[in-house]
Amino acid sequence: MENSTETTNKERIVTRLDDTIFQGRVSESDGADSNLSQKYRMTAKNVNVYYSETHAIKNVSLSIRENEVLSIIGPSGCGKSTFLRCLNRINDIVVGCRITGEIMLDGIDINGGELDVVELRARVGMVFQKPNPFPKSIYDNIAYGPRLHSMVNSREETDEVVYSCLREVGLLSEVEDRINKSGTELSGGQQQRLCIARALAVKPDVILMDEPCSALDPIATAKIEDLIDELRTQYSIVIVTHSMQQAARVSQRTAYFNLGDLIEVGDTGEVFTNPKHKLTEDYITGRFG
Amino acid sequence: MTSRLEAASSGSHWDTAAFKRRLRRRRSAEKRFKWYGIGAVLLGIFFVFMLFSSIAINGVGAFWQTQIQLDIYFDPAEISEANLYSANYGKLVKQAMYSQFPEVAKRKEKRQLSRMVSVGADVMLQDLVTSDPSIIGTTQSLWFPIDDSFDMLYKNDFGRDPDKGGAGLISKNQLGWFDTLVEKGKIESRFNKRYFTAGDSREPELAGLRGALMGSFFTILVTLAISFPVGVAAACYLEEFAPRNKFTDFIEININNLAAVPSVVFGILGLAVFINFFGLPRSVPLVGGLVLSLMTIPTIIIAGRAALRAVPPSIREGALALGASKTQAVIQEVVPLAMPGMLTGTIIGIAQALGETAPLLMIGMVAFIVDVPGGPLDPSTVLPVQIFLWADSPERAFLEKTSGAILILLAFLIAMNIVAVIMRRRFERRW
Ligand SMILES: Nc1ncnc2c1ncn2[C@@H]1O[C@H](COP(=O)(O)OP(=O)(O)OP(=O)(O)O)[C@@H](O)[C@H]1O
Ligand SMILES: [Mg+2]
Repeated sequence: MENSTETTNKERIVTRLDDTIFQGRVSESDGADSNLSQKYRMTAKNVNVYYSETHAIKNVSLSIRENEVLSIIGPSGCGKSTFLRCLNRINDIVVGCRITGEIMLDGIDINGGELDVVELRARVGMVFQKPNPFPKSIYDNIAYGPRLHSMVNSREETDEVVYSCLREVGLLSEVEDRINKSGTELSGGQQQRLCIARALAVKPDVILMDEPCSALDPIATAKIEDLIDELRTQYSIVIVTHSMQQAARVSQRTAYFNLGDLIEVGDTGEVFTNPKHKLTEDYITGRFG
Repeated sequence: MTSRLEAASSGSHWDTAAFKRRLRRRRSAEKRFKWYGIGAVLLGIFFVFMLFSSIAINGVGAFWQTQIQLDIYFDPAEISEANLYSANYGKLVKQAMYSQFPEVAKRKEKRQLSRMVSVGADVMLQDLVTSDPSIIGTTQSLWFPIDDSFDMLYKNDFGRDPDKGGAGLISKNQLGWFDTLVEKGKIESRFNKRYFTAGDSREPELAGLRGALMGSFFTILVTLAISFPVGVAAACYLEEFAPRNKFTDFIEININNLAAVPSVVFGILGLAVFINFFGLPRSVPLVGGLVLSLMTIPTIIIAGRAALRAVPPSIREGALALGASKTQAVIQEVVPLAMPGMLTGTIIGIAQALGETAPLLMIGMVAFIVDVPGGPLDPSTVLPVQIFLWADSPERAFLEKTSGAILILLAFLIAMNIVAVIMRRRFERRW
């Protein structure tokens, strides 16, 4: 009985993968080769993260390229969110959190003095695991970032940004008539899309998405996945997901984390069809745990 | 695992008598707990009701004053434009009084008769004439407050009935005249406007709360202006910006301690620092407000920090992740959400300050001050101190004045708490 589930699982993933167009296979191991650094938007090198006693990320080196979607998968509590939160230094505000190692954005150390943390966070946007709209109007939620960075100077410009971002995440038709109602009055999935729209409004270079579709129905999920595919032409995207199908559908490369270790990273097709590591194979075939 | 499942499905465990007994016991325990709670609440309501009703019964009398109607002839022979401020107004009152009882001729009796009107009557006449000199030469029918012993006589037979005390305050003659005047409809209980418009006085029938009200107003204004911004800023800094180390722990402990320090200590501190060291004047609302701020600030800081802590971290993270600086995130996103809690804390602190007496005694706000203060630098007293002063006065009529003042103080406190509730409701709806 167990055996048959396993095969169906594998088959399903593989069939999904067949529909996905893959990028050319890249042979280098991640983050090590500095010659290729121009191609990288962000590189993390030997990153360790500690929450007081917990060693949440163990010596991880991983890079994010331009115009790619990198998906991070792994069992719950393995440090996916933690790694993501290091990339825009939002973990700085967690009391007792300590980070070592080097993270670069376009060749600049994000923890060095050169790059202001405010600029970093504007350039590296984030969508959180739990939707967190501000308790103000939908309009103001999206206008918040552009106003903050003086990207808009008039009501018309703000309108344009707000409406185009809402349209991009497929929320416009749903909220058009209540754009001045509080963002917290939306459903969970709508809130999540609002948060994505809010992040897009700042026009970041890199977008970090922590399980953006965990509260969405299949239709909304498909919309978001299409959106991610579209966004890839302009941005680099890191997406944490528990759905391997989703990872297979949207990402070009996949990283597998386990208990704070980066076990394997590579082309999505490669990782799913021909995993190098036993742990990865166990996880994607559902034999984990 | 299996055995438990079987037991459950066959019903052997849930059907036993022991289990039923346990269930019954649990239910009755729950019911008992509920009744303890209801009992406690009822007891609390009972005491509050007792307190309020006893004060109200004693105090409502203060809002009414027995008054006497006199026909005053503004005799041009006595008053003229030249002596508006030095004319013998008392004589006009006396003459009006004598004309009520022409048969009274003896000097001693005449004096008794004229004493039935409040000594404040002549000042009232002077005010009337100076504001409108054209009434000189006319006769006006005017109401004057009656002397406090007759006020008590009218209100509760105090002074007539030996059981109710006050023997010897009122003579036989006066009693007779009084009854005649009441019969003629010349004496009536009327709304006591003076109680709200006049300053303090040694005469109960003339004493009013306006001085204390204005004093309280200016004192609280100063307190609010100082403690709210300082308290909110301190709460924000400590909660959002300060590093967590031994030093900030030490500060936190001290703030919590400060909130528990007896208020009279702040009065002594205020005396030493603001008056003796900085040389600020005594008895003024400015110093009172400064002293009360010392008391209120810890309350506001503690409430403010709790309110800030209650704002979900995801809001902070959301703002920061969009590139807001820490200050922007805190001021634009976090503080507005914490505001209802902060305001509630502030109102509680201010309400406490409004009812505070001891520290103000230390800085001299207990002086007998007749003038209504016009600003925070005029000597004045405050409501609770006024209550304290009146409660200390021997005249029986001050008893109801005291209760009346307590009623007004309570009304303010209740109003403030209602405002706190409304504010909390209004802001919370946004959440
Ligand atoms: N604020 C924190 N304080 C202390 N420990 C934390 C904190 N956040 C995360 N951790 C710990 O770090 C480890 C990694 O957590 P993380 O949130 O990164 O997991 P995750 O991979 O995102 O899991 P999930 O898929 O359930 O979201 C966990 O063991 C967790 O207990
Ligand atoms: Mg997570």
